[in-house]
Amino acid sequence: MTGETDAARMALIRVALPAHLRTLARISGEVELPVSGPVTQGSVLDALEARYPMLCGTIRDQRTGRRRAFIRFFACERDLSHEQPDDPLPGAVASGAEPYLIVGAMAGG
Amino acid sequence: MSSVRVLVGTRKGAFVLTADGKRDQWEVSGPHFAGWEIYHVKGSPADQDRLYASQSSGWFGQVIQRSDDGGASWEPVGNDFNYQGRTGTHQWYDGTPHPWEFARVWHLEPSLDDPDAVYAGVEDAGLFHSDDGGKHWQELPGLRGHESGPSWQPGAGGMCLHTILLDPSRAGRMFTAISAAGAFRSDDAGQTWQPVNRGLRSEGIPDGDAEVGHCVHRLAMHPSRPSVLYMQKHWDVMRSDDAGESWREISGDLPTDFGFPIDVHAHEPETVYVVPITSDSHHFPPEGKLRVYRSRTGGDEWEPLTRGLPQEHCYVNVLRDAMAVDSLESCGIYFGTTGGQVYASADAGDNWAPIVRDLPAVLSVEVQTLS
Repeated sequence: MTGETDAARMALIRVALPAHLRTLARISGEVELPVSGPVTQGSVLDALEARYPMLCGTIRDQRTGRRRAFIRFFACERDLSHEQPDDPLPGAVASGAEPYLIVGAMAGG
Repeated sequence: MSSVRVLVGTRKGAFVLTADGKRDQWEVSGPHFAGWEIYHVKGSPADQDRLYASQSSGWFGQVIQRSDDGGASWEPVGNDFNYQGRTGTHQWYDGTPHPWEFARVWHLEPSLDDPDAVYAGVEDAGLFHSDDGGKHWQELPGLRGHESGPSWQPGAGGMCLHTILLDPSRAGRMFTAISAAGAFRSDDAGQTWQPVNRGLRSEGIPDGDAEVGHCVHRLAMHPSRPSVLYMQKHWDVMRSDDAGESWREISGDLPTDFGFPIDVHAHEPETVYVVPITSDSHHFPPEGKLRVYRSRTGGDEWEPLTRGLPQEHCYVNVLRDAMAVDSLESCGIYFGTTGGQVYASADAGDNWAPIVRDLPAVLSVEVQTLS
């Protein structure tokens, strides 16, 4: 019964990565990540980096957790880049209805 | 028959160029890591199939890639470059204290005898080491922690540790160079360091012959005579015959002594190559003529090498890590330009031909002589 309860609490989060990071992680399309507990930017990034350790340091600083300057976080047509890592993500992301978008900022290049 | 593998880092990816010993027909592989800046790719002297690459991006930061099959496939390894101990400050461009911040790996120098051991020179200037094939990196903090560290100041390209030379005849001796701090030597495998800049004189710093503060662009050494060092400084081409204890200028009859790369012939320790660049405000060759200069006398007397190189309307630059020599019997010389050309000479510089003409701006060129 406990296993079923944990499974029920496990949210399946859709994450979309920029092309360079998809190449680095050798994935195509969106990633679906099981996230236990509160669905926050921090817990989603923790799950992402646990599955794809080569992404460590490419989205946020490995020590401080601070978002890299030219990375943006979007979801549900909102810019979540400046929200706190522990803030809950929108319900539509937590339910899997909408993806959590990790985006390279538009900055030349 | 021996062959060569040229490893090219560019602003938008890495390329691997291969040829047999004749070096007249080339296969081009790449771009690897397309769209990323590849500051440096270098092979292990102890295992020709082991390569390391520094991959970086203003968006996504630093990645280190490793190949165990000569560049056919790559795996990302460790990218956690964490300064040890107190971070401290160096001087910022305006002279104010600025905390050390990791930006990127400029140069990877594999150990001479262990494929899993490799050094990394980084911006802001620091030296890191891995002994597990790049999975984990530890700073050797004695260099950054040198008492002169708080006075170091970045050059125009950032405060980068761009040169690492390992002395093959004396265990533990190594040299590094930092823009714009100068040259440093360690005799205890990087634990402690001393500046080795006596004899350098630089305009643009308050004390022209200060112990540190010089914008050294590149050092070169011939492995048979590791106490003889050659230096391309911001201005001035220099030579030391005593492992950096003292330097003398060998610019001689060069048309300009500004430039970035310097290298030594594989079999002739007194044969040296530079690419003179007009000035620090005109980063292109004098008169629009791309000329490598060769000295067969260890400096002072230089001859232009032009055959096969553009002699009009050429306004490219050749960056500090973008020249290399192979060790075939007839020594091959290679260099890459900011215009995306990689030129090769299979006869020590007498004749040149482009291997490729239209790559992204070339940041680095290394060559492996394959058995």
